[in-house]
Amino acid sequence: MNRKNATPTEKPDIRLMKGNEALAEAAIRAGCQGYFGYPITPQSEVLEYLTEEGRKRGMVVMQVESELAAINMVYGGAGAGARVMTSSSSPGISLMQEGISYIACAEIPCLVVNVNRGGPGLGTIQPAQGDYFQATKGGGHGDYHPIVLAPASVQEMADMVYLGFDLADKYRNPTLILADGALGQMMEKVEFPEYNPADHIPEKPWATTGKPKDRERNILTSLHIQPEKMEEVNRRLQKKYETICANEVRYQLVHADDAEILVVAFGLAARISHKAVEMARAQGIRVALMRPITLYPYPYDVLRRMKSTLKGALVVEMNAGQMIEDVRLGVEGAVPVKYFGRMGGIIPTPEEVLEEIRRMSGDGHGAGDGHHHAMHDQILEERN
Amino acid sequence: MDNPREVEMETVSCPEGLEVVWEKPETLTGNRMHYCPGCGHGVVHKLLMEVLKEMDIQDKTIGVAPVGCSVFAYNYMNIDMQEAAHGRAAAVATGVRRMLPDKFVFSYQGDGDLAAIGTAETIHAANRGENFLVVFINNGIYGMTGGQMAPTTLVGMKTSTTPGGRDVETSGFPFNISRLIAMLPGAYYVTRQSVHTPGAVRKTKKAIRKAFEHQRDRKGYCLIEVVSNCPSGWKMTPVVSNQWMEENMFPSYPLGDLKTDGVLQPLKGN
Repeated sequence: MNRKNATPTEKPDIRLMKGNEALAEAAIRAGCQGYFGYPITPQSEVLEYLTEEGRKRGMVVMQVESELAAINMVYGGAGAGARVMTSSSSPGISLMQEGISYIACAEIPCLVVNVNRGGPGLGTIQPAQGDYFQATKGGGHGDYHPIVLAPASVQEMADMVYLGFDLADKYRNPTLILADGALGQMMEKVEFPEYNPADHIPEKPWATTGKPKDRERNILTSLHIQPEKMEEVNRRLQKKYETICANEVRYQLVHADDAEILVVAFGLAARISHKAVEMARAQGIRVALMRPITLYPYPYDVLRRMKSTLKGALVVEMNAGQMIEDVRLGVEGAVPVKYFGRMGGIIPTPEEVLEEIRRMSGDGHGAGDGHHHAMHDQILEERN
Repeated sequence: MDNPREVEMETVSCPEGLEVVWEKPETLTGNRMHYCPGCGHGVVHKLLMEVLKEMDIQDKTIGVAPVGCSVFAYNYMNIDMQEAAHGRAAAVATGVRRMLPDKFVFSYQGDGDLAAIGTAETIHAANRGENFLVVFINNGIYGMTGGQMAPTTLVGMKTSTTPGGRDVETSGFPFNISRLIAMLPGAYYVTRQSVHTPGAVRKTKKAIRKAFEHQRDRKGYCLIEVVSNCPSGWKMTPVVSNQWMEENMFPSYPLGDLKTDGVLQPLKGN
């Protein structure tokens, strides 16, 4: 297998690109050798870009019959030792859950990208974060976790491809990039770093490449019919997840020093919340932002450390309130945790988030529209 | 070894005065197989591994195991293997073959795996003309889960989920998927064989050899269907099951080539 598709650059390589295209370009530069996918809005540009650019630069790129087939081709191709990925959007990612479970158990490193759209069901093609539970808690059957990265810009759509592949190889675990339709579709400046895949891709002595005379055969399987053996495999996986949790937590913290209120948000919602936090700061409200960059492993520790100085936390999500459960786990009941979010592909505005921050700081009067307030009141009640 | 029933078989040296006429090839592990007495799986495993040995491609071959009775195929085949999810073997094999274009790849699947849950992956791999071999064991029943109806179960055939015999109104018709695949331009060689007599075993081995040679020459997709018995699932002795297979399975699934060198062969049987 060749790894010639990396393009070393001498001066900063800066371009204006869609998030999906930046991600695809980064995949080529990260030494991705195989891509298997199926068209679905809002991520089809990944498949289109790679078909054009990836093939030109030595990649195997295939549009196949379903996401089910695609993820199993990733299993086969990555199991054969290649750097392989797929991408899709929510309904397609649901179809892939079976395969991701098998990949996690057989410990095959690969990259899966979910450009999240609004659900459930066929839902909408607009951006959403409703796949948080599916991404971070397993998604398929059995006890496993992909490593989950949450980009918040076109730049990070690219950066997380390198990181995602490297983490996958390091831990022999699937990595999932959880983006959303807006990040996939919007255009921004993106700079591609120097990255030589040969320096990053480790030897894969476990891969099924054909058994030479001088080694035992390699078998990739998730079948361990004896319960004792299956428990042993589970213990090994759990130990690996512990190591990942100890070493790979990543987050961004803004204005944390004197904060009384902590806004917690990921991805696009964090970008919007950041703006709202700056607006609130300008009004003298002592508010901070914590943006988890890894959704699994989750940055519980930073919440534990901050909880004693906080008055409350506000979780902003583009879903019905999913990550809020992890924030509650993090603050361990020490402070009230409120939710604000929009669903169905609607993106919250900074002004809406600011209003919630003001309300929480005791400064606002809640001029926002009724149904959102009804929702967080309901969650408050639940907590009380 | 994951299967508690598996034990390494003893190797004996050839007593004086006797001649070695057959030796276990190094492509077989020597683990004692878990298959029921009279089952065809073991024979097909042996033939496959003999061909790899004879072509000296053990170090270049990757196998894909299915879900079904042959889920443990990798315990017996001494080659690199991947265990696929139920029905996904053709997709897994596609991934392997596309990333390792100079290697040999085969999948080994039963009728439920290939012709029910994996129909889409099977058909599309054939239609793309994927350059690998699919070995398809058709015994008309789900053996591993305890004898339920398969897509290839004959009309009137009794299984645990067709206790009165398969009726067309409820369950449709026996699925002649090899014929369907033969019609696809991506399929280069499609044949239907059996392993219930010494002559049939020799023919099947020839077919396997031919398919691997086609793969070496990058001719495209090859499918070898082996119509087999299932003494346990059919609730018959091995001998009776073979007679029953000849009388009942072969008329629906007639033996012979369906497509050779990319050319459709005249139809036989139904």
